[in-house]
Amino acid sequence: MSEKVLMKGNEAIAEAAIAAGCRHFFGYPITPQTEVAAYMSKRMPKVNGVYLQAESEVASINMVLGAAAAGVRVMTSTSSPGVSLMAEGISYIAGSDVPALIINVQRGGPGLGGIQPSQADYYQATKSTAHGDFHMIVFAPSTVQETVDLVAKAFDLGDKYRMPVMILSDGMLGQMMEPVELPEPKEVDNDSKEWAACGHKNQRKHNVVNSLYIDPATLEGLVKKRFERYAKVQAEEQMAEEYLVDDADIVLVAYGASARVSRSAVDMARKNGIKAGLIRPITLWPFPVDAIAKAAEHVPKFLTVEMSMGQMVDDVRLAVKCARPVEFYGRTGGMIPTPIEVYNKIVEMNGGEQ
Amino acid sequence: MHPLESRVTVVCGHYGTGKTNLSINLALDCAGAGDDVTLIDMDIVNPYFRSADYTDMLTEAGVRVIGPNFANSNLDTPSLPGSIRVAIEDGERVIIDVGGDDAGATALAVYRRQLEEAEPDVLYVINKYRSLTTTPEEAVEILGEVERTAHLKATGIVNNSHLKHLTTAETIESSYGFADKVCEHTGLPLRFTTVPRGLSLSKEIEPLYQIDVHVRTPWEQDW
Repeated sequence: MSEKVLMKGNEAIAEAAIAAGCRHFFGYPITPQTEVAAYMSKRMPKVNGVYLQAESEVASINMVLGAAAAGVRVMTSTSSPGVSLMAEGISYIAGSDVPALIINVQRGGPGLGGIQPSQADYYQATKSTAHGDFHMIVFAPSTVQETVDLVAKAFDLGDKYRMPVMILSDGMLGQMMEPVELPEPKEVDNDSKEWAACGHKNQRKHNVVNSLYIDPATLEGLVKKRFERYAKVQAEEQMAEEYLVDDADIVLVAYGASARVSRSAVDMARKNGIKAGLIRPITLWPFPVDAIAKAAEHVPKFLTVEMSMGQMVDDVRLAVKCARPVEFYGRTGGMIPTPIEVYNKIVEMNGGEQ
Repeated sequence: MHPLESRVTVVCGHYGTGKTNLSINLALDCAGAGDDVTLIDMDIVNPYFRSADYTDMLTEAGVRVIGPNFANSNLDTPSLPGSIRVAIEDGERVIIDVGGDDAGATALAVYRRQLEEAEPDVLYVINKYRSLTTTPEEAVEILGEVERTAHLKATGIVNNSHLKHLTTAETIESSYGFADKVCEHTGLPLRFTTVPRGLSLSKEIEPLYQIDVHVRTPWEQDW
């Protein structure tokens, strides 16, 4: 491990990707993620990598598909409206069974929305990215260090399960600076992917990377096989952090920047005699159902905190099988809830007056 | 006590070295000393973590804040108000918080004529722990880019080395050599080293400037 340096979340994403062996970046600028692309444009030429600013998000994601099909570690980065434009390409990536890393540094929506932080793309990331039966693994870091660690993990799991992986960040996490330790650069063997269309050199049958299947039975068979892989991801890759959950009367569920705010609110509640706790999903897909279901065995009340009108809250209700009340507190449009606002909601759920 | 010598002070440097937090501290201390102080947020590059975000607190303390027309809004439009020119020409005490790197310094060139006249103190802020400027050579390289774009020469170095909440006395003390090297390479004087208020150093060097941490995330605010 190297010495600690201060990095913005966005810069850390870029440097961590390079350390993880990514040498191909295709993107198009959009606030508040532009530092990822700007950083890559400076660094990629120095490590014999490719940085290419495409003419649009649509072009970027299709370049990502092409590079992924050739078996190399590849990524793109954008913010909310940009992901909408990339939707079709992401579906093609999933349908082609190739790994790729997609970064969404979320901003307020819908429409052109704004440039301040938001978490209103939860549905888009976890449920309705684009057409067809498919999933992405979705990571939600809450510190700059965790962002670095999850970028490496995202590439590894993408390769392992041959599927697209998203890091769902937000403007606050992308723009803020924290001390980080960067991992040692990793050597990646790009020739190790047997399925990659990277030149057969007359040594093997040629590989085809494709998502078009005219015969419905063939397509159904492929989708079902893919879902067997998804089931394995759901069983083995759930990640969540628990904070003061064991004796809690109210457990907050929050990810990313909201989890930072919620943790401060939990500390305030504890100081004032309310037994609050926090479950912080680190993977949003697969959703950490197991951690939440286990907590629901003894925790009477849940509160979901999001920078949206309430999107993850449904997954929490499903995880507790609607056996416990799950309330919601959120701000949206680029507003960030303050710890005191969340604390007030905890007090209200605890029966008022504090 | 504030360490400013000129009527107009320009605070520039690499992204994320702590220019905004330093500018806010300088402005508050000037106001505390009874100066009629104007803080100009000239960052047209980065819409987050900027002086204009602290307008309410600064105004209450007696600091006049001028920012880009659409700062604090959802618009990413780099437009600067005419009042900036007036302030540089006539302000009693003016602090300019410039955007990071040469990209951020571009806006300064607009005021080239007014600044030539004002003969400002141009402070180049360095932080040994800031990624991409952790060596004296890197810090000096970015200074050259900033000076060329801004059409201004730096007049002094501010060692603002810190690691955010992990900053200890040792963090600051082990940055002295780095700052000395930057001064040596540039021929510029070390104007001061910042130290968070309340942190005591075992190896003090002069001059030190005590600062408070104002630039924080929403979950780091006091409650």
